[in-house]
Amino acid sequence: MASPAPAPALIVEAPPSRLARFLDSDLLANFRRSKLAIAAFLATVLFIALALLAPVISPQNPYDPAQLELINASLPPLWYADGQAPFLIGTDDQGRDVLSAVFYGMRLSLLVGVLGVLLSGFIGIGLGLIAGYAGGWVDTIIMRVADVQLTFPAILIALIVDGVAKAVAGGHMEANAQIALIVVAIGLSFWVQYARTVRGSVMVEKNKDYVQAGRLIGLSAPVILTRHILPNVTGPVFVIATINLALAIITEATLSFLGTGLPETMPSLGTLIRTGNRFLFSGEWWIVAFPGFALAGLVLAINLLGDWLRDALNPKLQ
Amino acid sequence: MLAFILRRLLQSVGVLLAVGLIAFAMFRFAGDPVNQLVAPDTPYAERLQIRQSLGLDDPVLVQFARYAGNAVRGQFGNSYQFRQPVSTLLAERMPATLELALCATLFALTAGILMGVYSALHRDSVGAKLLQAISLVGVSLPTFLIGILLIFLFSVTLGWLPSYGRGDTVRLGWWTTGFLTASGWKALILPSITLGLFQMTLIMRLVRAEMLEVLRTDYIRFARARGLTTRSIHFGHALKNTLVPVITVAGLQLGSIIAFSIITETVFQWPGMGLLFVQAVQNVDVPIMAAYLLLVALIFVSINLVVDLLYTIVDPRLRLSVRRAA
Repeated sequence: MASPAPAPALIVEAPPSRLARFLDSDLLANFRRSKLAIAAFLATVLFIALALLAPVISPQNPYDPAQLELINASLPPLWYADGQAPFLIGTDDQGRDVLSAVFYGMRLSLLVGVLGVLLSGFIGIGLGLIAGYAGGWVDTIIMRVADVQLTFPAILIALIVDGVAKAVAGGHMEANAQIALIVVAIGLSFWVQYARTVRGSVMVEKNKDYVQAGRLIGLSAPVILTRHILPNVTGPVFVIATINLALAIITEATLSFLGTGLPETMPSLGTLIRTGNRFLFSGEWWIVAFPGFALAGLVLAINLLGDWLRDALNPKLQ
Repeated sequence: MLAFILRRLLQSVGVLLAVGLIAFAMFRFAGDPVNQLVAPDTPYAERLQIRQSLGLDDPVLVQFARYAGNAVRGQFGNSYQFRQPVSTLLAERMPATLELALCATLFALTAGILMGVYSALHRDSVGAKLLQAISLVGVSLPTFLIGILLIFLFSVTLGWLPSYGRGDTVRLGWWTTGFLTASGWKALILPSITLGLFQMTLIMRLVRAEMLEVLRTDYIRFARARGLTTRSIHFGHALKNTLVPVITVAGLQLGSIIAFSIITETVFQWPGMGLLFVQAVQNVDVPIMAAYLLLVALIFVSINLVVDLLYTIVDPRLRLSVRRAA
């Protein structure tokens, strides 16, 4: 007699891991199809790697006066007859290697840009969550402030924040304090977009069942907002953050170029362009050109990546 | 309708008051103004007297009211750097900025519309793709970098155009103009292009998108069926209907052009209000910073107000919804 058929094993598929879900996503498939997106992504990664590795790969520490020799001042790039190794793209009037200065400058530009985006995202998402969830007069006040701020260009607001803070501090600041100031200026200039987007999504989400259920079991508003609503409204935030990173880097460079940003002792790309601009007329074009190329390339790569991300996440275009 | 206008006016006044409060707060935070007026060894009694004569002992609200009252009459105090009334300094610099802004806007409008129409009509041509690529680069390049690039090309390498200043200007009453001399025109070219390039790409993209939209509509198809010439369809019918949003955007961007002239004026050492403001920020010249802040706020608020009101006049649908909301 045949033994009774064994009970069918209960097949429990483990839910796909995050990585597996990501590898299977439309986003990645879309990314693989777009050559421009891959190129932009690779360029961005390259820039970030160069910036992170600046102390390792730079031939010189441009902040260390002991390493600067005036005898090396104003050397042209290597492919000119009087170019000298190791100064691949020449030196400035202090004998500072332009390539090292660009790597270190990119590091500062990216640092300020990323911190600025994080701060503006923090402010904007926070206020957006509060405005969307609370509604009423809280919503009115926050959004009215946002409307007013949106009528002024961000660069103007950043300049004014910077100017007011300098006026308060009496005109002299430490280099680190200036970096912090620029980050705050950028943070206060770019929060509006996040706030508006998040507020819109929260107003939709807060009427859904899972939020009602959360309220029913007695979760507090901050817990509902941060643990349950926030994860559902972050999609568009990433698009804004990518595009804003390019804008934040431009803003920092512009402030530094105007002479109200990072000091010459800690030059970002904008500061390098500002100081190099003086040598344009004496024919030493490389002092300003290479920081300029680096800035343009960095911003273009991030912009292209942001454009692609916006289109890829936009359901209307699929 | 009247209620809507009144509400918008009140809102604008509210914004100006808020900006005024920020401007006023800068003075309060920037240290004791008496210290800047007297020698370090001035006795306390004398300082007290100066404080009283300047009205610095009054309640904050009274001081703010006085500041606002003076600002309305165009009195912003004396600049710390130049030891001149701020209003005089701003009035001297205003013509330079306004002429630059005007030229930049005209450049952005003409070049933007032409390029937009071209890339919409020949959307798959190499030229149109090139224009799209240029517009992307134009958006990505910071303004000051474009200015430096233009200076390097046309001033340093080719030597065709001046790289700084306004050239020779002619004084007409209190207005100084660069429009009446050859060197004034030459000096305007590079700054106008630098300042207008971003707006140009914006307008070009807008015109292209609107044109593509309009060319698909029924009345254009009908015009084709009637046998009108392509030229009259494209320019008489299609372009005309794309211009309303373009003019709106150009109007709203006028404020940005004035704000962004800060950067262009610094690159080209253009003696306008923006350069004055940047120098004020560098030297912590609070009266100039505060006055510029208020002036720019006034310009922005007026532009937005005018655009909003024009909308309701032009678009009857909006008037209806306003009436319903009120």
